[in-house]
Amino acid sequence: MRIVVQDAPFDFGAEAAAFADGRAVSGAVVTFTGIVRDVDGGLQAMEIEHYPGMTESALTDIAAEAMKRWSLEDALVIHRHGRLEVGEMIMMVATAARHRKDAFEAAEYLMDYLKSRAPFWKREVTADGADWVAARDEDEDALTRW
Amino acid sequence: MDVLYFAWVRERIGIPREAVETQAGTVMDLVEELRGKEERYAAAFADISALRVAVDQQLTDFDAPLSGAREVAFFPPMTGG
Repeated sequence: MRIVVQDAPFDFGAEAAAFADGRAVSGAVVTFTGIVRDVDGGLQAMEIEHYPGMTESALTDIAAEAMKRWSLEDALVIHRHGRLEVGEMIMMVATAARHRKDAFEAAEYLMDYLKSRAPFWKREVTADGADWVAARDEDEDALTRW
Repeated sequence: MDVLYFAWVRERIGIPREAVETQAGTVMDLVEELRGKEERYAAAFADISALRVAVDQQLTDFDAPLSGAREVAFFPPMTGG
């Protein structure tokens, strides 16, 4: 299990390849990547604030729970903070399990939890100014299915 | 103890962290003390349903006890991913 919190970009291809390389127990590797998308009015940047220390421990707790629930062989979470441009990768998760269903479900669980239980806050900068992104009720509701 | 603020809570209060001398028994008691300090605190803590709290870097509730706590953080609902 590996948790990375950094402001620098990451190499998605290299990370995914390294994660999948040499697996024998796991027949399935799932990866998900989140990308900064444009908004109406044109996004100039996405700024991501976080809570150093708690961020790492919250992500570790979330990934450890996924490892246990789906008997994963391995899990990876990379999440960036700081200022990002449209098209940049914000984060990725990867899961390795014996079978694909577990790998997919565990990846979705990681995504659902790190959206509303890991201490990150997004701010969208447009020509009109900067605004904090409001948490969505559906993101909170998504946790109830687990 | 250290009290930390993030995102718009930090902006509204105007500082990212401060050391607070307090005998507050619970998070809510601490909120009441902070509300009484200055208008900017009262504004930031006007609606605690819009806020989340962590004690020693663990998410918790506003009725959580503070005995032995070193660090309390207030912030809006998280928007990771």
